[in-house]
Amino acid sequence: MPSSPSAAPAPGQTWDFSDITGSNDSLRRFLHGLPGVDQVGAESRAASLGTRSIKTTAKAYALDLAIRMVDLTTLEGQDTHGKVRALAAKAMRPDPADPTCPAAAAVCVYPDMVGVAKEVLGDSGVHVAAVATAFPSGRAALDIKLADTRDAVEAGADEIDMVIDRGAFLSGHYLQVFEEIVAVKEACRRDDGQSAHLKVIFETGELQTYDNVRRVSWLAMMAGAHFIKTSTGKVQPAATPPVTMIMLEAVRDFREATGQMVGVKPAGGIRTAKDAIKYLVIVNEVAGPDWLDPDWFRFGASTLLNELLMQRTKMTTGRYSGPDYFTVD
Amino acid sequence: MTFDYAPAPESRTIVDIKASYGLFVNGEFVDGTGTSFKTINPATEEVLAEVAEASEADVDAAIKAARRAHTRVWSRMPGKERAKYLYRIARIIQERGRELAVLETIDNGKPIKESRDVDIPVVAAHFFYYAGWADKLEHSGYGTRSLGVAAQVIPWNFPLLMLAWKIAPALACGNTVVLKPAETTPLTALLFAEICQQADLPPGVVNIVTGAGATGQALVGHPDVDKVAFTGSTAVGKAIARAVAGTDKRVTLELGGKAANIVFDDAPLDQAVEGIVDGIFFNQGHVCCAGSRLLVQESIADELLTKLKRRMSTLRVGDPLDKNTDIGAINSAAQLARIHELSDIGELEGAGRWSPECELPTTGFWFPPTLFTGVTQAHRIARDEVFGPVLSVLTFRTPSEAVEKANNTPYGLSAGVWTDKGSRILHMAGALRAGVVWANTFNKFDPTSPFGGFKESGYGREGGRHGLEAYLKGGE
Repeated sequence: MPSSPSAAPAPGQTWDFSDITGSNDSLRRFLHGLPGVDQVGAESRAASLGTRSIKTTAKAYALDLAIRMVDLTTLEGQDTHGKVRALAAKAMRPDPADPTCPAAAAVCVYPDMVGVAKEVLGDSGVHVAAVATAFPSGRAALDIKLADTRDAVEAGADEIDMVIDRGAFLSGHYLQVFEEIVAVKEACRRDDGQSAHLKVIFETGELQTYDNVRRVSWLAMMAGAHFIKTSTGKVQPAATPPVTMIMLEAVRDFREATGQMVGVKPAGGIRTAKDAIKYLVIVNEVAGPDWLDPDWFRFGASTLLNELLMQRTKMTTGRYSGPDYFTVD
Repeated sequence: MTFDYAPAPESRTIVDIKASYGLFVNGEFVDGTGTSFKTINPATEEVLAEVAEASEADVDAAIKAARRAHTRVWSRMPGKERAKYLYRIARIIQERGRELAVLETIDNGKPIKESRDVDIPVVAAHFFYYAGWADKLEHSGYGTRSLGVAAQVIPWNFPLLMLAWKIAPALACGNTVVLKPAETTPLTALLFAEICQQADLPPGVVNIVTGAGATGQALVGHPDVDKVAFTGSTAVGKAIARAVAGTDKRVTLELGGKAANIVFDDAPLDQAVEGIVDGIFFNQGHVCCAGSRLLVQESIADELLTKLKRRMSTLRVGDPLDKNTDIGAINSAAQLARIHELSDIGELEGAGRWSPECELPTTGFWFPPTLFTGVTQAHRIARDEVFGPVLSVLTFRTPSEAVEKANNTPYGLSAGVWTDKGSRILHMAGALRAGVVWANTFNKFDPTSPFGGFKESGYGREGGRHGLEAYLKGGE
């Protein structure tokens, strides 16, 4: 760890990592000096948190919170303007039959759909997130990735979900990955001086080891990521509880070291309300309750929202209803 | 609004606790002739049932029944037939798992999470494992002939699991048993007796006699016993060793411990924290192999302690039947007094005491998860077995200092080593004088793995192929 918590900078001030990020060697030494992750132990801890029994009032709270954390996502070649408009409307009013149902956090689309989504969402408070940087593979030249990012920001994206260059990371070119994140963050600036929030996607299914997940989390946080995100949803395995837990440990330790909070977004493969609640338990007990907020934790998902809504309706009416009573995406 | 977990109690309607229980002798429940005693729920102090005390005459009758069953039925039965009974018992345990878990939690105070996910599944696994040995004893290396009647005395910390550790290998090898459960936790053993009936186990193969120290003495001191197996305190273990000295009874003793959990500076820290927590707070620390001494390398001591304290703050202490409870009730008033006494001594001797803020229930026996920092080898909390949720934290600088401190105890039941370096694990495992050395994990139990102690932690091994030795005559 760079330093003890007492040495954290004053609020608003940013931490200086230049000693670490000055060269690929020093960055590598730092990342490889982080404590290792024991796979068996990490998986059993995540599984044991999954046995928490969340009932009645706790479940009602968790369901509403999970709905507020959903980045309602459509990332298909066959996406249409109509589908994106429908998705945006749904994000604002997930359950048209129940005005007490909270809105989702954001809709997540390809850059060319940002304008369409923005038109519907306006200043509703629901954000538009755009995947950029040659999503999902990230295989393009840097200037193309930056142009992709600027295009989405200019179209009105509030949040950019970038992918890292996994090839560079796996071959040990950590500084290249770092500098790319820094450059994309720069490209997130808007003319008005504000910036789109940057989520950095690791594609943990390709990074394979938990040690790599911990290292890439620190790398992205030092590069200025606002959020760290597990997956594109296009590669299996996508988000898993242990991977998300290790990222939550990283953001917890990073705040302890620097005073800065970074958000976490598991994406892909979270389909049931039960799964979502397990993730919230992990957030609560590993990172702490400060992260139980859509500003600091999101679910990248599409079908999950309807599952949450069905469970929510069951909680309020006492009856299960079928998928026909909720809108298709 | 915060994420407060609402109460999630496991229903106790599945369990039918009778007002009074007799002894299980020769396949039937009979009245005891001693003075009956009460067993209580340590979480509420509610009286659960009146339990018969086995007098000397009752113990004698049970041993006679066991002897008859051994001579006439069990020792003559082919191993593959004995196996069928053991498999049947294992399956019934699985089928009635929830009932056993709830009853264990009510009588013992341990969290339902542990009785449901650890105790009962491991109990079933032991019966399945030794069922598999029953017809393969010629491959055991210890012969195939049974010893005869085994007198078995077990503790209150894992009532049904210790019963399984004792009964499963004994029966697989063709012995019959008279078992005495601890006086504070007799109920699951008596439910197990019902399971023996349900499995049509021949009468007298398993006999359960309830009672306290006097019953235990009558049992292990009885002249017609061929084998004594005891798990419990070192003091009682020594008394048993003296009682059987000069007889031809075979003895295995599994006694106390003061295990070192050693964390090196290259350890996977977050998992080490989990292992420390599992090591000392599992089952309220009522574990003979508990990792009650944390030995942490000085260079990471502060960082590890910060993480450990944060983790301890998330432990949920309370109603053992709540599915979200991590730490349940202390088993008895006497044990609670002992934990208080040793912790107070720790404070008096100058160690720094710390517990997270936690609200303890007002009835029942409770102790918060506690750690002591600044502990040295000279402190009593570093030497005496507390048998409660109390961790002593010591530091070391070099691997050899870690070994020296870890071994500097009259006990030697278990140890833990945390490091990312494989060669160091192997070196430490060879250097530590402990029966079990866990690497990057702690308190993991499996029927295939032998378990037992060095020095005052006892002798003999239970579990695995080695566990058969204690119940076979050897060489043929």
